[in-house]
Amino acid sequence: MGDLLRIIGNGKDVPDHPVPDGLGDKDLIELYRWLVLLRSFDERAVALQRQGRIGTYALYWGEEATQAGSLYALEETDWIFPSYRQNSIGILRGVPPSVILAWWRGYGGNTGFYDTRHFRTGPICVPIGTHIPHAVGTSWAAKLRGERTASLAWFGEGATSEGDFHEAMNFASVFKTATIFFCTNNQWAISTPVSQQMATKTVAEKALAYAMPAVRVDGFDPLACWKATKDAADRGRAGGGPTLIEAFCYRIGAHGTADDPRLYRDESEAEKWKSHEPLGSMASFLERLGVLDASGAEKIRHEAKQTIIDAVTEMETTPTPGLEVIFDNVYAKNPPWMFAEGLEELRSVGQRELVKPLNAPDTQTEEEGA
Amino acid sequence: MTGSTMVEALNLALHQAMDADDRVIVLGEDVAKTGGVFRVTQGLLDRFGKDRIIDTPLAEAGIVGSAIGMAIYGLLPVVEIQFDAFVYPGFEQIVVHAARYAWRTQGQVPASIVIRIPFGGGVRAPELHSDSPEALFCHVPGLKVVCPTTPRDARDMLLAAIEDPDPVVFMEPKRIYRAGRQEVPEELPFEFGNSNGEASALLSTARTAREGSDLAILTYGSTVPLSVEAADHLAADRGIETKVVDLRSLFPLDVDAIVSAAQECGRVLVVHEAPRSGGLGAEVSSLVHERAMLDLEAPVLRVTGFDVPFPQFANEDDYIPSVDRILQGAYRVLDF
Ligand SMILES: Cc1ncc(C[n+]2csc(CCOP(=O)(O)OP(=O)(O)O)c2C)c(N)n1
Repeated sequence: MGDLLRIIGNGKDVPDHPVPDGLGDKDLIELYRWLVLLRSFDERAVALQRQGRIGTYALYWGEEATQAGSLYALEETDWIFPSYRQNSIGILRGVPPSVILAWWRGYGGNTGFYDTRHFRTGPICVPIGTHIPHAVGTSWAAKLRGERTASLAWFGEGATSEGDFHEAMNFASVFKTATIFFCTNNQWAISTPVSQQMATKTVAEKALAYAMPAVRVDGFDPLACWKATKDAADRGRAGGGPTLIEAFCYRIGAHGTADDPRLYRDESEAEKWKSHEPLGSMASFLERLGVLDASGAEKIRHEAKQTIIDAVTEMETTPTPGLEVIFDNVYAKNPPWMFAEGLEELRSVGQRELVKPLNAPDTQTEEEGA
Repeated sequence: MTGSTMVEALNLALHQAMDADDRVIVLGEDVAKTGGVFRVTQGLLDRFGKDRIIDTPLAEAGIVGSAIGMAIYGLLPVVEIQFDAFVYPGFEQIVVHAARYAWRTQGQVPASIVIRIPFGGGVRAPELHSDSPEALFCHVPGLKVVCPTTPRDARDMLLAAIEDPDPVVFMEPKRIYRAGRQEVPEELPFEFGNSNGEASALLSTARTAREGSDLAILTYGSTVPLSVEAADHLAADRGIETKVVDLRSLFPLDVDAIVSAAQECGRVLVVHEAPRSGGLGAEVSSLVHERAMLDLEAPVLRVTGFDVPFPQFANEDDYIPSVDRILQGAYRVLDF
């Protein structure tokens, strides 16, 4: 991993590097707050799934730096496109966390979906790699309109095997769009290790084929993720074209709550990577800098927890959407005639109760979900 | 518990086909080491090794396309698509190549592949894990599309699909993957690689899931057990005897079974989970009207999913035809 951009050291043999230009003390604290908020959401969601209060959930424990670090480098006007792995990223742009939790609870309508244009945040994308061209489209449109606006898509190393990834890379480089391809290489696509996903040693070298600059960063280091994204966004907005960022890390958790990694990997390896997780190292780094002490960090963690607890209450006090939700907004205008008939048919038999509780063992044990 | 679930029956079929013919190989995402997310391919790696059961990179066009290449070479690939909606990146390969190779080579080199697709809702999964895309494939000339509903059929039909020289889209109703058990004999349903019409019969005929002569419910997949349940209610509540036909073969449809059920009962209801417009129900209904119109006492009605994206799962039971909706549809046909 010698070639990875890294800023935060370990307080022992790996030295700290200077905080990149553009980040003040306030930013560092705010970035820590973002990391903590994502972590609180994720841990809570896993607990809710275990209790059957939401469905299958795709956790991201340990990958918070790749999300918060890169997002913090963007302007509010830049567009972002998450996959299921960055499912809660919208909360850092004002999407109520209860909405994301409701999505995982299987709620549709305005209870479970948010306004992509308002938040400049794509919907949670489930089909692998398919959202990557959208980040090209938004940055391309901005360019056509003479706006200096960048777009970023997050995806895993597995997604780089799909055609959509390559088509998006090619378009971005041909049309020199301000697109940031942010690949979180956590070395696992469900049970498939990166060594069986690709013959190249890195994801970054795929950029060569598209005459695109690429950078490899330590995906556990929020400041490295920030720095790489900041440079890419600035360059892109100035007309310099797209960048591929490979954030190298490790998928410390399971693929999703229904996945059992013991079937395909040695979990002691995951255990080893666990100490790299970004929240602890960021907190120690801030303490070494004298920017945030232990009690300050504790206060941030406490507030984040409370925010998520409130969101859970909000989600659980929101009624399950009525049956009409399945017809709502399928078309933006003029729903087709059969919707009224369908609604009438459903109303005449009455809304179904969920027959089985969420995550009944016979339906969920072997779902990979997402 | 005795007998096998559908998952176990499919697993048995794969073991038996791979045993019988070393040209049979399996490829897909997470199929080898974990045995697939639904465990249909469990145990194959230990038994047959990594050259015959292959974990591929994450790319459905690559999986289907290279399976076609292997078939051109002379192998018999069985492809697993992880979930219904993830077949779409492989759709082009299926439509423009798998479906056309026999025609393009004038019968010399059919694309002898099987594409297994766990499909449908009811498992409380997030978006795009619950689609029913079978009608898309039925609309592509050159493909066979089948859907077993019982463990026994699952085993027998998968063996038949692998043996069949034409490309078969093999739809597996995941909601009933483990819903029931049935005895599946070890003994093969036909001599694999040397069948005498039994294999093609398995891929082109319907099955009677319940006898009756007052009403025919024509259905397939996970709505078969729901239709049988509705039929039991009709018998208990109104003394109506309902024939439930499990179509099994979605393309080509078993026209004889469909027409004779309509002639026998005079009243027909079609049930499926997929969206209604352009779905299998329209095709079945047309066949009945074209060939048995004078035997009908009522128009053929449909109880189906709606013409909407499969909903978020808290509302999936509103979307999936329920026993109540099937009963309501049945009463409308009966009381016409
Ligand atoms: C087109 C498509 N094929 C298959 C899947 C099933 N699936 C969900 S996640 C996943 C692995 C993704 O790995 P990677 O892209 O590395 O991202 P990570 O999950 O590690 O974040 C697969 C195969 C899917 N969601 N979409």
